[in-house]
Amino acid sequence: MRTIAVLIRKEFTQIRRNRIMIPAMIIAPLIQMIILVYAANMNMRDIDFAILDEDGSATSINLISKYSSSPFFSLSGSVNSLDDAEKLLKGDKADLVIHIPPNFENSILNQEKADVQFLINGINSAAAVLTASYAQNILFDYNRQLIAGFSRPSSVSQGFGTIEVNYSHWYNPGLDFKIFMVPGILVVLVTLVGWLLMSLNVVREKELGTIEQINVTPIKKYQFLMGKLIPFWILAIIELGIGLTLGRLLFHVPILGSLWLLIAFTAIYLVTVLGFGLFIAAISETQQQVMFVNFFFVLVFILMSGIFTPVESMPDWAHYVNIINPLSYFMRVIRMILLKGSDFGDVWKEFLSMGIFGVVMITLSVRSYRKRV
Amino acid sequence: MSRFISLVRKEFNHIFRDRRTLLILFGIPIMQILIFGYVVNSDFKNIGIAVLDQSVDAHTQKILNKIFSSGYFNFSGNIQNAQGISDQFKTGKVKAVLVFESEFGKKLDNGQLANIQIITDASDPNVANTTVGYVSGIIRSYQGELAGQTVVQLIVEPQYRMVFNENLISAYMFVPGTMALILMLISALLTSISVTREKELGTLEVILVSPLRPAQIIIGKVAPYVLLAFINGLVILLLGYFIFNLPISGSLVLLLAELLLYITLSLSLGILISTIAKSQQIAMFMSLFVLMLPTVLLSGFIFPIENMPLILQWISAILPPRWFIIILKDIMLKGNGLAYVWNETLILLGMTLIFLFAAIRKFSIRLQV
Repeated sequence: MRTIAVLIRKEFTQIRRNRIMIPAMIIAPLIQMIILVYAANMNMRDIDFAILDEDGSATSINLISKYSSSPFFSLSGSVNSLDDAEKLLKGDKADLVIHIPPNFENSILNQEKADVQFLINGINSAAAVLTASYAQNILFDYNRQLIAGFSRPSSVSQGFGTIEVNYSHWYNPGLDFKIFMVPGILVVLVTLVGWLLMSLNVVREKELGTIEQINVTPIKKYQFLMGKLIPFWILAIIELGIGLTLGRLLFHVPILGSLWLLIAFTAIYLVTVLGFGLFIAAISETQQQVMFVNFFFVLVFILMSGIFTPVESMPDWAHYVNIINPLSYFMRVIRMILLKGSDFGDVWKEFLSMGIFGVVMITLSVRSYRKRV
Repeated sequence: MSRFISLVRKEFNHIFRDRRTLLILFGIPIMQILIFGYVVNSDFKNIGIAVLDQSVDAHTQKILNKIFSSGYFNFSGNIQNAQGISDQFKTGKVKAVLVFESEFGKKLDNGQLANIQIITDASDPNVANTTVGYVSGIIRSYQGELAGQTVVQLIVEPQYRMVFNENLISAYMFVPGTMALILMLISALLTSISVTREKELGTLEVILVSPLRPAQIIIGKVAPYVLLAFINGLVILLLGYFIFNLPISGSLVLLLAELLLYITLSLSLGILISTIAKSQQIAMFMSLFVLMLPTVLLSGFIFPIENMPLILQWISAILPPRWFIIILKDIMLKGNGLAYVWNETLILLGMTLIFLFAAIRKFSIRLQV
C-alpha cells in the first residue's frame, strides 16, 4: 500500500512539474466543451433560397411571400432561367430554388392543378430532407388557404369526429439541443483525459527507458499499474466535476438524479477504460503506436456510443459492437441520471456490466505487462 | 544527393517497420467511412413507443397498427396508468408514450373531438421532435382515410429535385469530410510526432550535425509522408467510389492537384508544430486539440457552419479543412472547375506559404543554436 502511495506521489509530482500538462488537461478540454456544445447544433434555420418566377403574377408573389416571411427561409435573390438557378446552387449561394412555372396563376384561378418545383442542394442529405419538409409544410398551408377560399367541402369529417393530437416533451420542454450535448461531451472529455494521457504516460517511460529502473525494483506489477491508474483516475473525476459545474452554470443542464450515483458509475467506468488504456500501453512500444491505436478505438467508440444519433436506429451489428463499448454505457447512464433522474434501480444492469468489464480489463492489463525486457 | 536519398530511405524504414501504426493508418479511414455510412446516419427507426390506451376500440387498434407497421417504431408494451410513464422513461427503453383518452373511438364515431396525447422523452430532443412529426403524420393520414380521401386535396402540387445528389446518399457529405480529417491526421500528427520523437531520443542531433542542409532535412522528413497521405487519399476516393457510388464529376487532375496542395499544407503545419513542441506529448496535444477536434466539429464536416454562433464561424474560417471540404464537394459532386474554387484554392495556397515559411525559419534558427 505504501509503495503504491509513493508511486502515486511521484506521478503527481511529474504531472505538476510538467508545465504543459495541467493546462492541457484542464483548460483545453473545457474550452473544447464550450465550443463543442455551441457548434454541435443540429437544429436548422435560415435556408437560403432563390426564386425562379416564370409567372410573375400576384398569386406567385403571394406564394413567395409565404416563404420569405417564414423564420426558416431567407430570400437570397431571384434568377431568370434554370441555368442561372443551377449556377446559384453550384456556387453555394442558395440551397433551394423555388421554380414557379408560367401560367401558375391561370391554373389556380381555373381551379386546375398547378406545379411548383423545388430544386434542393442534396449534398447534405439530412439537411435536404428537412428543407423539403419545411418547404412542403408551407405549401400545404397555402393549399389549405386556397381550398378554404374556394369553399370546397372541407377535407375532414364526414360523420366522423376530428382527432386532436397534443404532445408534451418531458425532461426538455424547449427541445434544447445543448442539454442533450453537454453530457455527451462530458463523457468524451473524461475518457480522453483518463485513457489517452495515461497510456501515453506509460509508454513514454518505456521509450525513455525509465521504466527499466522501476522494473529492477521490488515493485510488483499490479503496484506499478495501480500507481499509474489511480492518479489519472483522480484527475478524470476532477475533470467530470469541473465539466458538470460548467455545464450547470453555462448551459443550465439539469441534475435530476443523484450526483453520488453518477460519480460512482464514473469511478467504475474509469477503471474499465483506464484498464483498457493500460492494456494497449502494455502491448505498444512507442508513443506513436499508442497514440494511433488509442485514436482508432476512441474514434470508433465515440461515434458508436450514440453521442449524436440514437443507438436504437443503428444496424444490428452495431448493437453487438456496443455490448463491448464502454462509452455507450456511460453515454446512456449519464444522460439518464442527469436529465431524467433515473435511480440505481434503473441503471443497475449498466453498473453490473461495467463492473465485470473493469475486472476483466484490469486482469488483462496486469497479465500483459512484462517486467522483463 | 545520395545523402538525401538515404535520409528518405531511413524515414521509409521507420514507417514500414512500425506495422501496427501503418495498419491503423489505413484502418482508420476504412473504419470511419463504414461507420459513417452505416451507423451514424440520419436513419430513424426502431424507436420504442409504449401505449396507454384508455379506450381499446377498433379505432385505437387501427391507429396503433399503422404506427407500428410504419417501420419507424417498435411496440414496447402497454402501460396501465399515467404513473407508469416516468418509470418507462427512466429505464431508457421507451422514447415516447401514446395516450388515448377514454371512449376515444366512441367520440370519434359520434363526430366529437377525440384526443391523443404524445408524450416524449425529450432528453434526446431530435428523436422527440421527429417522433412527434411522424406520429402526427400517421394520425393525420388515418383521419384522412376516415373522411374517405387523402388528407389535403392539393391544388398546388410540389415537385422535388435533389440537385447533385438525386438519391440523397449521406456518403456525399461524409466522404469529403473524412478525407480532410484523415489527411490532416496523417500529415500533421505523424510528421510532428516523428520529428519530436527524434528530438526526444536525441537522434535528431545526429542528423543535424551531418552535412545535410535544413531544407534537405525537412524535405527528407516529409517526402515519405506525402506519399503515404496521397495513397491514403486515393484509398478513400476509391472506397467512396465503389461502395457509395460517389461520383467524380469534375476534373480528376484538378482534384489530385488540390489533394497535393492540401497535403503539403498539412505537412508544413506538422513541421511547424514539431519546431514549437519540445516533446511528443506536446506535439500530440497540439495536433489533437488544435487540429483534430476543430476539424471534426468546426469545418462543416458534421455540423453545418451556418448554424454556429458568429465567433465560431470566424474560427472556422482559419481552419484549412473547411476550405478543402468545399473544394472537394465542388469538384467531385458539383463538377465545378477551377473557376468556382479559385478562391478557396488561393486561401489554401496562402496558408501553405505562411506555414512553410514559419516552419523553415523556426527550424533554421534551431540549427544555429
